[in-house]
Amino acid sequence: MTRHTLSVLVENKSGVLARVSALFSRRGFNIESLAVGPTENPDLSRMTIVADAESQPLEQITKQLNKLIEVIKIVELDGGAAVQRELLLVKVRAPLADRTQVLQTAELFRARVIDVNVDTVTLEATGTPDKLQALVAVLAPLGIKEMAQSGTVALGRGPRSMSGAGTLRPVDQRSA
Amino acid sequence: MSTTASAGRTPAAPGQPAGPAPGAGPAPATPTAPSEAAAAATLGVETVARTMAEAAPEPATGITGAQSLVRSLEAVGVEVAFGIPGGAILPLYDPLFDSRIRHVLVRHEQGAGHAATGYAQATGRVGVCMATSGPGATNLVTPLADAYMDSVPIVAITGQVSTGSIGTDAFQEADIRGITMPVTKHSFLVTSADEIPQRIAEAFHLASTGRPGPVLVDVPKDVLQARTDFSWPPRIDLPGYKPTTRPHGKQVREAAALIAGARQPVLYVGGGVLKAGASAELAELAELTGAPVVTTLMARGVFPDSHPLNLGMPGMHGNVTAVTALQKADLLVALGTRFDDRVTGELSSFAPNAAVVHADIDPAEIGKNRRADVPIVGDAKATIAELVSALRAEHQAGRTPELTAWWEQLEDWRARYPLGYDWPEDGALSPQYVIERLGAIAGPDAIYASGVGQHQMWAAQFIRYEKPGTWLNSGGLGTMGYAVPAAMGAKHGRPETTVWAIDGDGCFQMTNQELATCAIEGIPIKVAVINNGNLGMVRQWQTLFYEGRYSNTHLSTHGAGDGSPKQVRIPDFVTLAEALGCVGLRCESRDDVDAVIEKAMAITDAPVVIDFIVGSDAQVWPMVAAGASNDEILAARDVRPVFGEGQV
Repeated sequence: MTRHTLSVLVENKSGVLARVSALFSRRGFNIESLAVGPTENPDLSRMTIVADAESQPLEQITKQLNKLIEVIKIVELDGGAAVQRELLLVKVRAPLADRTQVLQTAELFRARVIDVNVDTVTLEATGTPDKLQALVAVLAPLGIKEMAQSGTVALGRGPRSMSGAGTLRPVDQRSA
Repeated sequence: MSTTASAGRTPAAPGQPAGPAPGAGPAPATPTAPSEAAAAATLGVETVARTMAEAAPEPATGITGAQSLVRSLEAVGVEVAFGIPGGAILPLYDPLFDSRIRHVLVRHEQGAGHAATGYAQATGRVGVCMATSGPGATNLVTPLADAYMDSVPIVAITGQVSTGSIGTDAFQEADIRGITMPVTKHSFLVTSADEIPQRIAEAFHLASTGRPGPVLVDVPKDVLQARTDFSWPPRIDLPGYKPTTRPHGKQVREAAALIAGARQPVLYVGGGVLKAGASAELAELAELTGAPVVTTLMARGVFPDSHPLNLGMPGMHGNVTAVTALQKADLLVALGTRFDDRVTGELSSFAPNAAVVHADIDPAEIGKNRRADVPIVGDAKATIAELVSALRAEHQAGRTPELTAWWEQLEDWRARYPLGYDWPEDGALSPQYVIERLGAIAGPDAIYASGVGQHQMWAAQFIRYEKPGTWLNSGGLGTMGYAVPAAMGAKHGRPETTVWAIDGDGCFQMTNQELATCAIEGIPIKVAVINNGNLGMVRQWQTLFYEGRYSNTHLSTHGAGDGSPKQVRIPDFVTLAEALGCVGLRCESRDDVDAVIEKAMAITDAPVVIDFIVGSDAQVWPMVAAGASNDEILAARDVRPVFGEGQV
């Protein structure tokens, strides 16, 4: 199995996520992670899907996805030509005796402290899946109380955009 | 979409697109005469996109959502809808009462769905079915799945509980949009009355263009009751829907070069060619190449059975020549077909030496089961027409295929392994004979709609199909109960044509209630029940693969089977037919077959059911066992064809 990251522009309508996830389940395709969010265009959402597939099924996945009426465009974002990030929130046991070690680890991984109390520290880290995995491995012996991790989001490198040049809108308009 | 406004009720003009041309994206539907470019863009979809407005409908203000929905259906050219009302859809049925759309009140929603399918398959127009929320809608799931598998353009309108009640497990609430997601081309939930015209236009556009398929429009009760304005045509906004209809010229030329160089080519033709209305183009291609043609179960009739190039049907119950031609071919030209497991048998040993040209309108079909050497995405009509041109160029350049040896081989197989059948040893009536005679007497102009099982295979084998749209069946989903309602829909769409349902005693008991609909609504179909008293195809497998242990396949329609002297048939199909307002006839011997069929043919003012009591042990042959290689085909039980060393 090989991991593939698909960036899928879809119409921002109810039911689209159900359609996409149902398609994966019905056709026997495996999803490793799926992240959905808004785009620069309020009519469109972007789904970033990390799927496990050989190259032949991957072609089937994209063809079947393309058949969904609400799917506008699909691009495969492969390692070198794309930037990929995940977000990790992790609550670590940090009594006074261990606190310095937790904070040093956070610094090494450029994680930020976002919540502190007597017993625990909550860190926020972003990065590639590999980096976050390494952080978790280092924190694990200290005692991870709870963690939440997002799916991968990704964009292609370089000046081009999936939805075509010139479609980017200023932030103030987008949030209107 | 004509620009002239008239109150006329003339049928829609054929060949005019319902909405913007495929690929035109979200452009507004402009009510102008189709330009040459637009005509080219819709090339090949005419046959399925005939549900057009004949006149620009008048705008209206302050009407209900239900009125807007009826006006929208009228505007897209709907002439008939099959359905049953209920609570949630009740507001729609009130304005429907005054509409010129004819509503056929069926007895079960499954009947409505298959009737819409039969109508669509027989006419090339979009079929329409309606049901209320909850159980009404879920009863449509089977025919929607059926239409999805066989790519039939139908639109289902369902009522839904009011928007405020959605998600509360309200009375008769079912998430039909969610339920039907995997078995429809698309499904809509309408959330505002103002959307209705657009959603209806989009639904019909989606159903009828590209690869056709079923579309569901779910409309909550309060949306039907809300006030809205109506205008037509609406904007069609489907930015993600751009079916490719024009084939790529380079791919077509590569395909032509392969065809010109092939020594053992086969044109492997599927239902897509039928749906594209490409019979004439196919005939031209076949005659130009001189290559043999096999027509799959879904494509029977697209190429005349009487044509010398037609080898007949391939697949699990295909004839030896058609199956073996595919196996031994050096080139498969697959047109509008999807390498279904019932055709390929064991995929890894299917046509092992063949290069593959695969043309289909759905890119996802290409390479799904079998790798294509030359993939062509496009509408079959356009693709075949361009293939013909490209082949002419090959021929002019002196490259013509040399097929003499191939045809000698094919003719040898044809002569040695013709389709045939044995009469039952117990003296019972042969089901194959009944079906053969039915085809001979009703002729190639009649429409034959079949159920699923042995009788379906015999009807595909022993009736000679000469014209497109004369053979309707449930090929992909294999829906028992398809025949009677599908025949009803076909007869409604083509009232001048004789329509025969060929059904089994098992299938017939699943949907025969629609005969009441036929009797009351004046839809005089004819039904031949091939009554072998059993679930015959399952029984055949039990005979072959389960040591004759007939677990739960005996239906008692021949009698109880317990040896009691009084053989009570349950049900008695003759009295059942009469109870449903039909003429009931029975035939139990060879001598009566022609007479009873002729008697049924003479009755044109009422539905007729003939109960043909046939032998229980007749089997469908040839056969490739499920999952076996096509090389393992048996011409008859324990009869393995001998293809001879060095023949191919």
